[in-house]
Amino acid sequence: MNGAELRVESVSWSPARHAEPILHPTSFSLAAGRVLGVVGPNGAGKSTLVKVIYGSLQPDSGQMQWCGEGYSPKSPFDAREEGIAMVFQHFSLFDSLTVAENIILGLDDIGLDTDFTEQITKYSKQYGLDINPQQVVGDLSVGARQRVEIIRCLMQNPKLLIMDEPTSVLTPQEVTDLFITLRKLAEDGCAILYISHKLEEVRQICTQATILRGGKLVQNCNPQDHNKQELAEMMIGKKLIQLARSNITTGQDIFSINNLSRKSEDIFGVDLHDISLTIKKGSIVGIAGVAGNGQDELMELLIGEVEAPADSLVFKDEDIGRLNSHQRRQLSMFFIPEERLGHGAVPDMGLHENMLLSRPQQSEMTNYGVINWQNVEKLTQQVIDDFKVQTQSSKMLAKSLSGGNLQKFMVGRELIQNPELLIVSQPTWGVDAGSENNIHQSLIALADQGSAILIISQDLDEILTLCEQIHVLSEGSLSAAVDMKDNGLEKISHLMLGSEKQ
Amino acid sequence: MIRLIPRAQPSKAMIFLSPLLALTLTAVTAFFIFAFILTDIKVSSVFYTLFVEPLIDTYYISELLVKAAPLIMIALGLSIGFRAGVWNIGAEGQYVIGGITGGAVGLYFYNVEGFWLIPLMSVAAILGGMFYAGIAAFLKTKYQVNEILVTLMLTYVAVLFLSAMLQGPMRNPSGFNFPESRPFHDSALLPIIWQGTRLNVGLIIAVILSFVTWLGIKKHLSGLQIKITGSAPRAAKFAGFDDKKTIWFALLISGGVAGLAGLFEVIGPAGQITPGLPQFYGFTAIIVAFMSRLHPIAIIFSALLIALTYLGGENVQIYFNLPSSITNIFQGMLLFYFLACDVLIQYKIVFFKTIRQKL
Repeated sequence: MNGAELRVESVSWSPARHAEPILHPTSFSLAAGRVLGVVGPNGAGKSTLVKVIYGSLQPDSGQMQWCGEGYSPKSPFDAREEGIAMVFQHFSLFDSLTVAENIILGLDDIGLDTDFTEQITKYSKQYGLDINPQQVVGDLSVGARQRVEIIRCLMQNPKLLIMDEPTSVLTPQEVTDLFITLRKLAEDGCAILYISHKLEEVRQICTQATILRGGKLVQNCNPQDHNKQELAEMMIGKKLIQLARSNITTGQDIFSINNLSRKSEDIFGVDLHDISLTIKKGSIVGIAGVAGNGQDELMELLIGEVEAPADSLVFKDEDIGRLNSHQRRQLSMFFIPEERLGHGAVPDMGLHENMLLSRPQQSEMTNYGVINWQNVEKLTQQVIDDFKVQTQSSKMLAKSLSGGNLQKFMVGRELIQNPELLIVSQPTWGVDAGSENNIHQSLIALADQGSAILIISQDLDEILTLCEQIHVLSEGSLSAAVDMKDNGLEKISHLMLGSEKQ
Repeated sequence: MIRLIPRAQPSKAMIFLSPLLALTLTAVTAFFIFAFILTDIKVSSVFYTLFVEPLIDTYYISELLVKAAPLIMIALGLSIGFRAGVWNIGAEGQYVIGGITGGAVGLYFYNVEGFWLIPLMSVAAILGGMFYAGIAAFLKTKYQVNEILVTLMLTYVAVLFLSAMLQGPMRNPSGFNFPESRPFHDSALLPIIWQGTRLNVGLIIAVILSFVTWLGIKKHLSGLQIKITGSAPRAAKFAGFDDKKTIWFALLISGGVAGLAGLFEVIGPAGQITPGLPQFYGFTAIIVAFMSRLHPIAIIFSALLIALTYLGGENVQIYFNLPSSITNIFQGMLLFYFLACDVLIQYKIVFFKTIRQKL
C-alpha cells in the first residue's frame, strides 16, 4: 500500500455554467498513513469537495492525482475501483438483514453465496470493530451500524477511506473506539479523509487539516499546532466570544415534569418511562442522550403537540398538560424544536409569516386575530438585526435560508418574547461554529436574566458548556441529575449507552 | 441536458406570464386537435364560435356572467379548504342541498311578500350546505374517515334526495305531475341587475365574497392558519393551531357557500327547483379553484374563462354538430397547462452543461 497519495490541484466546481462556484479552486495532498481533516462551517464546500473526489461530481477545473497517476473518476464505481471508499453520514443498511448480508450487498460484484463471515471476523478483530456478523442490523446501535459500514468499506481493501461527519451520532465512548480503529487503519498505510466540523476531534485524530470557508480554501495546516479556538476562528473568519455565565442565581422551581410516562403511538417510537425533572429560575438544564432515545417524544409533550397526563407537567404551579402550545406560550413558555423546516418554520412561507407561528395571544403582531403586518415586519427585522440573520429581506422564504441562519432566526423569534422558560431541542444542530457561538451566547444571556432553559441535545460538548444540571435520556428513561464532581463524563457516557452494553 | 432548478424566490414575472403561456398552449393544442378531427369545417370558424362569439354578443356576455357567479362562489369556498389540505370534492352535493333547504323556505312562504324572505332563504341554504359538509367534517375529525370519499358519495345521495323531494313534498300541486317545484314568487327571486337578461345580484355577491375572502386570507390569522395546516401540519401544531377546528372551518365554509350558490341558481336563472339543478358546477369549481392558484381574486377570472368554455362548447354543438365533450376537453387542457406552467414560478429551466468526458 506504499506510495498511495492523493493530490488535489486547484479543483473547483459550480452547479451551472455561469453560477457562482460552490467550490473555488482548492488544493491539498494526502499521503498514505495520514489523516486529513476537512473542516469548515456549513456550506463551506466540504461535501462538494468530497463528491468530486468520490466521483459523484466532475470538477470544472483543476486535476487530481492518485498513486502518481492522473485520476478523474466519472462515478463512485470508478472511485471504488481505484481503492477509494467512503462511509456516509447517513447509513445505507437494510434493517431486516444481518450484518453479513448487508456487507455482501454493498460489494460491487460478488455472488450472494460467498461466505464472508471469516473475513468480517478478521477485520473486526484486526481493527477493534466489535461486531457479530449474524446479528440483524435493526437491533444494532448507531455506533455498531457505523462499524458495519466501515467493515463494508474495508472489504474492498481501500487505500483511501473517506469519513463524512462520522461522530455526529456517536456517544463519547463510541467516538473513542472509532478513533482507535482509524489510527490502526492509518498505521497500516490507509489514507483517511475525515470531514467534520467538530474541531476538538480534528485536533485529536488528524495529522493535517484543510480548512474551507464559503467554498474557498482558507488554509492547509497542522491542527495540532493550533488550539480549538484558533481553529474555530480560522474556520469562521472572525473572533469567537468566550462563553461564561456572568450571573448564576437560581431561584425557585419554575417547571417540573412529574412521573411522566407515555406509550408511543408510533410503532417505531420510544415509550417514555416515569420521567421526572425540576427546573429552577435562572438555571440551564441539559438532557443529553443519543438521538432516538425518546427526545422527539418528550419534545412533543413539552411543546403541547401531544396531551400529557394530569399533573405530569407543572409550570408556575399550574398543570399545563392539556394546554396546546399557543396556550402554553401565553404563560411565557417558548419552544425551539429540532426540525427547522416543516416544524419550527414553514418552508414555503416568508420569515415574516413564520414570525407569527410563535407569539402570545395579544401582542403587537395581532389584535383579535387581525394581523398587523407593519408590526410583524418590524419585529421580524428586529430579530434579523439582533441575531445577525443573513437574509436579503424579511420576506425571504424560510427554505431559502441556510440551516444556521434559519436557526438564528428561530432562536431570535422565541427570545424576543422574553420567555420565562425556553425549551430547546438541538439548538445548534447542523450550525457552523460562528452561529453556534452566537446562539450559545444568547441562551446564556437569557438565563443570566433569570429565565430557565431546558436544552435537549445530542451534542455533549454543548451540554457540558452550557448546563449546570445534566440529565441523560436513554431508552425513554431519564436519569437523575448527574453529579459532575468526580468522573462526571464517564458517568454520562455510561448512562448514554444505557442497557445496551450491559 | 435540460433541468428544472428551484428558484431562490418565486418569479414575479412568471406569476403573470404562466397563465398566458397556458392559454397559448391550450389554443395551440386545440388547434391541432380540431385540424385533426375536422374535415369539412374550417378550424378558424370553430375557434370563432368557441371563443369570440360569446364575447361580442350582449346575450352571451350576460349568460357568461350568470354561469360564472356560482362557479366563483363555490370555488372560493373550495379554495379555502384546498389551502388547508381539506379535499371537499362534493360541493355539488352541498350545492343541491342548499338549493333544497333554501328553496323549501321560499316555498313555505309561498306568495308571502317581504324583504326578509331572501335573507331567510339564504340562511337556510347556507345552513343546509354546512350541515351536508359537516357530515364529512364530523366523520373525519371523529373517525378519520377520508373526506374525499364522504363528500363525493354524499353528492349522489343529494341528487337522489332532490329527485325524491321533487316527486314528493316539493312537487308543484298544479304542475301536471312534473317533478318540479312551484315557480318562486317575485319576493323570493333574486333581483335582476341587467334588464332583459338573467343576470342577477348573485354575481355582485360573488365578487364581494371574493374580496372579503381575499382580505380574510391576507389580514386574519385564520388565513395563515389554513395555509400552514395545509402546507406544514407539524408547524401548525407547533403554532398551536387546532387541526380539527381547521377541518371543521374549511368544510363548513365551503359547504355553506356552495349551499348559497345552489339557492341562487334556484331563485335566479332557474326560478324553480328542477331535476336539472345539479349542473356539475360543484366539480367544475374544483378546476376553477386550481386554475386560480387558490387566489380569491384570480378565481373571478378563471371562473369567467371556464364559463366561456361552457358557452362556446354549447355553441359549437349547435352550429357544427360537434359533441358537447368539447367543453370537457377544453377544461381539462386548461387545468393541465395551468398547473404545468405554474411550475415555472418556483423553478427555472436551465440548460445544463453536458458532463465532460475528460478533465
